[in-house]
Amino acid sequence: MRYGAVEAVHGISFTAEAGAVTALIGANGAGKSSTLAAISGLVPATGHVAFEGRDLSGSAPHAIVRAGIVQVPEGREILARMSVEENLLLGLRGSRDAVHGAYERFPILAERRALAAGNLSGGEQQMLAIARALLARPRLLLLDEPSLGLAPKMVAAVFEILADLKRQGVTMLLVEQNALRALRLADRAYVLDLGRITMSGTGEALLHDEAVARTYLGG
Amino acid sequence: MFEQLYNAIFIGSIYALFAVGFALVFSVLDILNLAHPTVFMLGAFAALFAIATLGLPWWLAVPIAFVATGLFGILLDRIAFAPLRRRGAPPLSAMISSLAVTLAVVRVVELRYGGDFITFPAGTVPSFLIHVGGATLEGVRLAIIGLSIALMLVLTYLVRGTALGREIRALAENPRAARILGIDVERAIAATFFISSGLGGLAGVLLAFAYNSLDSRMGLPLELRAFTVMVVGGMGSLPGAVIGAYLLGLGEVASLVYLPAELRDAFAFGLLFLVLIARPQGLLGQRPADRI
Repeated sequence: MRYGAVEAVHGISFTAEAGAVTALIGANGAGKSSTLAAISGLVPATGHVAFEGRDLSGSAPHAIVRAGIVQVPEGREILARMSVEENLLLGLRGSRDAVHGAYERFPILAERRALAAGNLSGGEQQMLAIARALLARPRLLLLDEPSLGLAPKMVAAVFEILADLKRQGVTMLLVEQNALRALRLADRAYVLDLGRITMSGTGEALLHDEAVARTYLGG
Repeated sequence: MFEQLYNAIFIGSIYALFAVGFALVFSVLDILNLAHPTVFMLGAFAALFAIATLGLPWWLAVPIAFVATGLFGILLDRIAFAPLRRRGAPPLSAMISSLAVTLAVVRVVELRYGGDFITFPAGTVPSFLIHVGGATLEGVRLAIIGLSIALMLVLTYLVRGTALGREIRALAENPRAARILGIDVERAIAATFFISSGLGGLAGVLLAFAYNSLDSRMGLPLELRAFTVMVVGGMGSLPGAVIGAYLLGLGEVASLVYLPAELRDAFAFGLLFLVLIARPQGLLGQRPADRI
């Protein structure tokens, strides 16, 4: 069993365990997205990132992806003018056969493979972003607000995919405003408030915590 | 008339080779590389060095000039652009630093070769005539047209059909997405500069061969033309740059036939002006709204 540990930014420190889903929840501007950006090397950070016994602090983004940390970014960041298939190929590490695997998992992408990705609906673009990240064979998948801006039906579909990935043992670090769904999925969760971790525990425990319910679950 | 058309396609091919490199760097990095005319000149001088100093045949001088200017392009990026990129400097700074490289390199070339027109040693540059019907044409120009078109097909394949081209296009469209996807951005930029400068240098050698003449400032007239071609074709569009280059070549030759020679440069400006009025985004450019 591998053990993946992540520590990052702003004096906060947390760990994402291999094979588990870790969630960061908190209000807008709590520092969740900056944390993921720092782990991926997209913004300069003074923090410390250790992954599978390697120190990745200060590494270039492509070195971090090669080390196995792959991000599904907020806003999806698909390449709108390139085709669906080209988007997938850009994520691909290793054999091209894996693209067929992605089409089996996401049949809608197979249907639209030749279409410019900008023509996909928001939900389809999110599927594309997830499929593209999986093709990079992540050993830690970072997900930044995967449900943001999607219709309720698509939100459910995206979380179904994530639950499926969890069953397959994909290690995930999830940043999500939809705290209810995030906590239901997570093995472990941290509550971030104004750049500090104010609470942590199993997803189940936080789900039933009164303070969390009041602030983040709209209870 | 046929000879005029032939010359128009010839000069259009030179403009196209020059302008696609200019447009490629613009599309990927959003900067105008004002050292591109210098790379053009360096290509011609690299060939002169290979032929006159090293004693190599012209057909070896051509690939040598391509590789030498391609490598110079990578160096240019490391010196003039990469430090600014790391600091997030605005595109205007990049224009100024590329202008500085231009001035320095032109001086260095003048130290060795002087500032006057020079020719290749007698008999080292291919020259032959072909007869088509009643017209007598310079054969080298036909070879240059053929080579240019072949190179643009290769470039199209490289950009559209290879993994490197996909990475370069991704970087051009969305640098943040490119980094998230794990593209080695600096490597893709180096490749972009190698291709861009190699083609620019090649255009320089080919023009110097065709006229058997080179000088340290031979790139300067190309600057305004490359800019015109890029605006006419659509900023950063490679097929647009090629179409714009041939249109400019045709227009210039037509203006020589129908207008006084002094108006040749005015024609480029005039074309630029007309396109900006009728179609501000260029022939193949996207509307600003589409780019965002």
